[in-house]
Amino acid sequence: MVATAPTEERIWQLLEEVTDPEVPVLSILDLGIVRSVRVEGEQVTVSITPTYSGCPAMNVIATEIRLRLLAEGITKVTIHNQLSPAWTTDWMSAAGRRKLEAYGIAPPVDGTATGHVLNLFGKDTAVRCPLCKSEHTHLVSQFGSTACKAHYQCDDCLEPFDYFKCHA
Amino acid sequence: MQVAPSETPALNNYSPEVRQQLFAYVLQLADTSLILGHRLSEWCGHGPILEQDLAMANIALDLLGETRSLFQYAAELEGQGRTEDDLAFLRLATEYRNPLLVEQPNGDFAATIVRQFLFDTFHYHCLVELHKSPDAQLAAIAEKAVKEAAYHLKWSSEWMIRLGDGTAESRQRLDKALATLWRYSGELTTPTATEQALQAAGIIPDYAALRPAMDAHVAHVFGEATVPVPQGVFMMTGGKEGRHSEHLGYILAELQYMQRTYPGLKW
Repeated sequence: MVATAPTEERIWQLLEEVTDPEVPVLSILDLGIVRSVRVEGEQVTVSITPTYSGCPAMNVIATEIRLRLLAEGITKVTIHNQLSPAWTTDWMSAAGRRKLEAYGIAPPVDGTATGHVLNLFGKDTAVRCPLCKSEHTHLVSQFGSTACKAHYQCDDCLEPFDYFKCHA
Repeated sequence: MQVAPSETPALNNYSPEVRQQLFAYVLQLADTSLILGHRLSEWCGHGPILEQDLAMANIALDLLGETRSLFQYAAELEGQGRTEDDLAFLRLATEYRNPLLVEQPNGDFAATIVRQFLFDTFHYHCLVELHKSPDAQLAAIAEKAVKEAAYHLKWSSEWMIRLGDGTAESRQRLDKALATLWRYSGELTTPTATEQALQAAGIIPDYAALRPAMDAHVAHVFGEATVPVPQGVFMMTGGKEGRHSEHLGYILAELQYMQRTYPGLKW
């Protein structure tokens, strides 16, 4: 393959094809974790930000970005881990939210993030069941199958489900 | 490692002395979250119920994520070519700078909750202020971690209340845990000489100024839990200066075993 100097636009297109290993219906652009792409000659620098500090998917995502770009003959790739500004679910695309619900994960409910403000006895967020669409659900645990999800149960269809926490 | 260390905003023009102090402090924070994260991970597969097993594993993971950012920054501050792995796996117990609280054994669930609550109360309130540090990298790490610490503190606070205001059995276990662990809470806000220097330089928060909000939170939660706040307890210190209980050696024996046995081993 003949390597031609890639354009930033092309890199963004390729990144759209890289998915989250934990939630394979979401591209990393849907998730909002790609913060910038810089192309200088043949050198490509991609900055990504973790959803949570310890997210183990970050290494896999970095590898998949390299592999996708390598398949296009782009070999000089640097991937930076950018901490600030900290990731928020506000960066998740509308398409990403629809895909999440169709996949069986309730998308973040906007405006419910408490940020770092301590919400000790606050109400739990009302989350719609992604399966039967009932609003009668309850929080089982703030800590779910991955760092970014909480564990809910539907009071109508009784199914347990994951809720992608609103994080801002 | 697949992801390059954070693109550190240009290291402020610190004098060698301040840089050394900052290295020691960042290392202390990293050791603290590493050891507590390791302790919590010991619960994995042993939690009282699945949801709480998952909660502890999640909190451990958040702490280990914070640990990596801190060790990477410490390595950069030191500038001697050591990596995050070298700092975690190749230092002796006497070189570790975590406070005594976080190395205490898990005990029963009540002991783990008390240890976590005491740590979370400090961790959360400290991160809120550290987020405003003029040191850009410390501020960025805190900005990320404080959101997670808020979840941790909510979780441990709610469990303090359930155990304290629960059954006679849960209350008795909570009382026993407090009798053992409260004495380690004072070290968190007792600054070492290094911390005092960095506080004076305005780089890290003044712990005395954190106390009103911390004490108010403790009073609120203990009130809901119907548990009196312990008074007049002699506070144990020394961990932040490398004087540890024997527990730390056992933790490191497990944590460092692979690198000690097969130096340079990579996954």
